Amino acid sequence: MEEKKHLLEQLHDIQDADKEHHLSPKKVVELSEKHGYSPAKVYGVETFYTMYSTEPRGKHIIRICENQSCHMANAKNIIQHLEKKLETSVGGTTKDGLFTLELSSCLGMCSVSPAMMIDDVPYGNLTEDRINEIIDSYKEGK
Amino acid sequence: MKFYRMHVLVAEDTRSIMAGAKRVEEALVEEIRLAGLEDEIRVVPTGSLGFSDKDQVAIAIYPDNIIYCPVLVSTVPEIVEEHFLKGRIIKALAHPMEQKEVTMEERTSENQMNLDIQKRILLENVGKIDPENIQEYIAADGYVALEKALFSLTPEKVIDEVKKSELRGRGGAGFPTGLKWQFTRPNPGPVKYVICNADEGEPGTFKDREIMEGDPHKMIEGMILAAYAVGGTHGYIYIRGEYALSIQRLQKAIDACYEYGLLGKNILGTDFSFELCIHSGAGAYICGEETALINSIEGKRGEPRKKPPYPPSQGLWQKPTLVNNVETFANIPAIISNGGEWYQSIGVEGSRGTKLFSLMGDINWKGTIEIPFGTSVGDIIDNIGHGVRYDRKLKGVILGGSSGSLLVPEELNTPVDFHSLAHIEAGPGSGSIVVMDETRCIVDICLNIAEFFRHESCGKCTPCREGTAQICHLLEMIASGNGLPEDIDHLEKISQTMMDASFCPLGQTAPSVLRQALKKYRQEFLDHIHNSNCPAGVCNMNFTEEV
Repeated sequence: MEEKKHLLEQLHDIQDADKEHHLSPKKVVELSEKHGYSPAKVYGVETFYTMYSTEPRGKHIIRICENQSCHMANAKNIIQHLEKKLETSVGGTTKDGLFTLELSSCLGMCSVSPAMMIDDVPYGNLTEDRINEIIDSYKEGK
Repeated sequence: MKFYRMHVLVAEDTRSIMAGAKRVEEALVEEIRLAGLEDEIRVVPTGSLGFSDKDQVAIAIYPDNIIYCPVLVSTVPEIVEEHFLKGRIIKALAHPMEQKEVTMEERTSENQMNLDIQKRILLENVGKIDPENIQEYIAADGYVALEKALFSLTPEKVIDEVKKSELRGRGGAGFPTGLKWQFTRPNPGPVKYVICNADEGEPGTFKDREIMEGDPHKMIEGMILAAYAVGGTHGYIYIRGEYALSIQRLQKAIDACYEYGLLGKNILGTDFSFELCIHSGAGAYICGEETALINSIEGKRGEPRKKPPYPPSQGLWQKPTLVNNVETFANIPAIISNGGEWYQSIGVEGSRGTKLFSLMGDINWKGTIEIPFGTSVGDIIDNIGHGVRYDRKLKGVILGGSSGSLLVPEELNTPVDFHSLAHIEAGPGSGSIVVMDETRCIVDICLNIAEFFRHESCGKCTPCREGTAQICHLLEMIASGNGLPEDIDHLEKISQTMMDASFCPLGQTAPSVLRQALKKYRQEFLDHIHNSNCPAGVCNMNFTEEV
């Protein structure tokens, strides 16, 4: 019973263990059969929350904030620069499969805005140069 | 216990770690070992030291009371050799606040104004203790309140003290905490839940993070005390999935509590038992609403529930449930240790105690502050934030987050407390202060807020789902020079409908900044519409929206 309760945590676990950081239909059906949920219920839950993805994603997930403080710190230009640097648009995955670029609601790093997270690692006070540096360091296999 | 002649505290909050604090800590440990000082000097990670707006690592050295900032891995050998070995303070490295001999005492006297205004109850340990070490919290009188409650106070007496303190919830609504506890207590068990709402997601708010990263045990102690008072048996900390460091530190703190007998069965050998675990969210602002949060823990879509029944009677799994915010729980240990009357003596009538605020925007100093209620917004901006950046003129302040209120410069002498702010249709809200200077365009700011709510509306009720989308569309038109004179009317009507008819506070408060903007900065909207002119030069007026 206890295990059945925490659907969100289980979805997190499945997604974290997945190479492409997503919840595949197969996994979702498996999970629902195991616990006696309807697959539709699980699908309804996973599509409600921003951190889950039904589509395969890159090795690293970039979450960039565009809310109030980041917006005031020119996040729009930073996002455009990221899109250019990664050669993909928001929601897309780079050709080499290394990054998926996503928008995020406030990350709570407003005092160092504009800010983003790559997986669990936060980066703030972003400039175009800093973005280049950060992205390159991941490309070099950090 | 081992005695060290010197302690080096490394600020390791999220921002400092981002700036390389872990590498600095490792370098310090290594250099101290190479210098043969490892038995004399101890390196301790701690929470934020207050320099939270720079990408810089700060360290504090006790008992010398010196703060070095910025510290790089490359400067560590010099610090170890000059300061630790030879005992000479490196003035050039001392924090440039004064560039002189920056000791704590001097900072205090030079910033008397600044520190006079702030009062640290919630953040007293942040930047002083190692948040990952329960012994340090205990040494700072941690869990004394719990001991006092378990061995000398009845649960009813604990609730009495909280009521006497006149503490009001810090999540935004400001409901009297003691009263909420009183409602929860009589509802029959055997299972009763205590939930900490750590889903800090209001844009421009990062104050709960400071507690969870800098002093997680304070909040946990508050939760255990709450459970004792209301008869709670199981607890959840519902925290946003994005707060990785907070999750890690809270987990460590919970593990330590189990080890020390502060959680689990028969706490401190008494009959009282309480189990606590973390539940991480998955990115949904609406889950900050308590019934949506409860649905989320139950593994459902985070949509709000109809109230009543309220959570104290039927909450998680239909059981009695107490939900409080991180900051609310963090207030509890001090109230129980010092008594409700002591707490009640701080602040002003109707708003007791201190309040955390996240201070940011076009201001010289940004970060988390703690002030007693009653301090004016203008005081905070001038004396703690050191004024508007680049000597520009102040345009306005967004208080309490994107769902909060908009203050014009003439309203800045309003004291920050529930009562005074209510007079100008404002409130402390989530505890964020965003300062805007004259270069900001109010239409652009409102549009950004509208985009946020369009994304975060859960879609359950029509006024909010459709209203957030329509507001966003109309503002896009106005910001691109395609607005019509009747759009202002439309915006006002939609806002009113959302306030009146939305199912939960998200929809009810989503248009509040916009409504005040339409009143207080109406001319700017008119300029955009009638003259296709953005006075601040922010909006791109030649842009025609593709259909």
